[in-house]
Amino acid sequence: MATLTSEPKQFTARKGATKTAVSGSRLFNRLCTGVMIAFSIIWLIPLLWAVDTAFKPNGETAKLPVTWWIDHPTWGSFASILRQGDIWHWYLSSFLTSALIVILTVITASLAAFALSRLKFRGQGAILGFILLGLLIPIQVLIVPLFREVGGMGLLNTYWAVILPQVPTAIAVFVFKQFFDGLPRELEEAARMDGASTWWIYRGMAMPLIKPAIAAVSIFTFIWSWNNLLWPLLVLSNPKLMTIPVGLATVQGNFGIRYADTMAAALLGALPLIALFLFFQRQIVEGVAGTGLKG
Amino acid sequence: MTTTTQASRPTQAASTDVPRARGRGRRDDNRSALAFLAPFLILYVLFVIGPALYGLVMSFFDTSLVKSGLGKFAGLSNYVEAFKSADFWSSMWHTVLFTILTTPPLVILSFIFALLAERATHGKWFFRLAFFAPYILPSATVALIWIWLYTPDLGLASGVVQKVGITAPQWLGDPNWAMWSIAATTVWWTLGFNFVLYLAGLQEIPRELYESSSLDGASPWQQMRSITIPLLRRTTTLVVVLQIIASLKVFDQMYIMTSGGPNFSTRPALEYIYDIGFTDYRVGYGAAASTVYFVLLLIVSAVWFLQTRRAEKKV
Repeated sequence: MATLTSEPKQFTARKGATKTAVSGSRLFNRLCTGVMIAFSIIWLIPLLWAVDTAFKPNGETAKLPVTWWIDHPTWGSFASILRQGDIWHWYLSSFLTSALIVILTVITASLAAFALSRLKFRGQGAILGFILLGLLIPIQVLIVPLFREVGGMGLLNTYWAVILPQVPTAIAVFVFKQFFDGLPRELEEAARMDGASTWWIYRGMAMPLIKPAIAAVSIFTFIWSWNNLLWPLLVLSNPKLMTIPVGLATVQGNFGIRYADTMAAALLGALPLIALFLFFQRQIVEGVAGTGLKG
Repeated sequence: MTTTTQASRPTQAASTDVPRARGRGRRDDNRSALAFLAPFLILYVLFVIGPALYGLVMSFFDTSLVKSGLGKFAGLSNYVEAFKSADFWSSMWHTVLFTILTTPPLVILSFIFALLAERATHGKWFFRLAFFAPYILPSATVALIWIWLYTPDLGLASGVVQKVGITAPQWLGDPNWAMWSIAATTVWWTLGFNFVLYLAGLQEIPRELYESSSLDGASPWQQMRSITIPLLRRTTTLVVVLQIIASLKVFDQMYIMTSGGPNFSTRPALEYIYDIGFTDYRVGYGAAASTVYFVLLLIVSAVWFLQTRRAEKKV
């Protein structure tokens, strides 16, 4: 039986149970597969419809009856959005701000988490509680005072206005802390016996050991900051500095009834994230699972 | 020892203490802990705690966005105004209504889909792709796609409904339909996140439980009821609470799809605060409204915290 358990589960099920129960549950599993395929396709329809529309000439999108068929497929809408130029500025803004937010979040949150997890110092509990407080305060309830504060610092319409308030996220500290807590004490003690510094234990030993946490925090911080609308909308009014969501939200009216152009812009705005998702699908999904469950 | 040359200043001090530093409380830890915590704490105080306190103070003043300083002291009048304002309460209600409309489908559907996907013999990657892909799209992309789907006559939603032989409603233009339409969009957009949480929860259930129960002749349905559902209770609590908190923060969909309309019928609390602060420039009052809204979020979090504490004590 020991070998059986290591096999893929459909085989164990087949060998393990009586014949009737097996054929019953196999049929059930097939049924589940069929239902799921149907729902997955339904779920993909809005996206596929957007892609379909984007490849139509603008005129065709306004024709009745509503149809998936494209008489004259064209790249025209994508080309005109890219040629018109605003989207390149938005890409640049989104990439710069998201990348910096990720880097600063990973560095500051992991340092703080390391101290909270691996060091003993006075006021530890108080500081932990103080940061825990941050879990309860979403940026959304701070927009009014935060806007005035950032304005007072003279940062409005700069990338820093977008970046800095999004860096200190308590949740990142707690994700890192949980991973640091999981590292065995003996490793650290052995390193200390050998005379390693605290910095080396953090940088040379602990950080390489929590790469999955770094990956999860980085990817999620990137997605969240790329997709954030409310805060960048408030602090960026210069069209050249706008991030993708702000740009898309403010120009939607300009397209009027050019539905194909609208869809092309919407899809182009999401393209880097779609690429990121296809590339890191496993890490992203495991990140949700791992950090979501423990967080 | 090459590492010491790379070490920064506070940690050099740390390494010299190492031989003596054993047992309880290393003396150097105080200083290095401070150095490790400082970057985060500075930003945290500047951009989270600071604004929170500033907002609290501001809520007692007639502060204006376009004038410097706090303005005239207003006592509790901002709060009194918020509590008396029908617009404020209707926006709070829209936020709550949106949460009521989105949470059950987002929890129940993702649960059912995860159960089905776990049973499925093929194509798990495809299901994950189909359900999770919308979640990573920017809200602006999602909103634009659904505005197009909901476009009267020309949109796919109207096309499908008309094929069945019913007159399509004005999805976003009718005050009776707009909130439902936005809720449907949101379910499509964010279901994947809960789906993945449930899949992970299912993964943690030991295979042997299923194997031994099927040896005993348990049907898949019995297995679901007596193994899967009870063992997923913790995941369910997590999913429900994360979902409620996320739904209570709704803003993007309404802002882009309806601007809170028609006739303010979909304006959520956050958009009310946005309008008060950044269209009417009354940031003092906006801060008071934010505080009341924050208390609502806090109550939900507190309930969750007490729930999990109780659940953990039981185990």
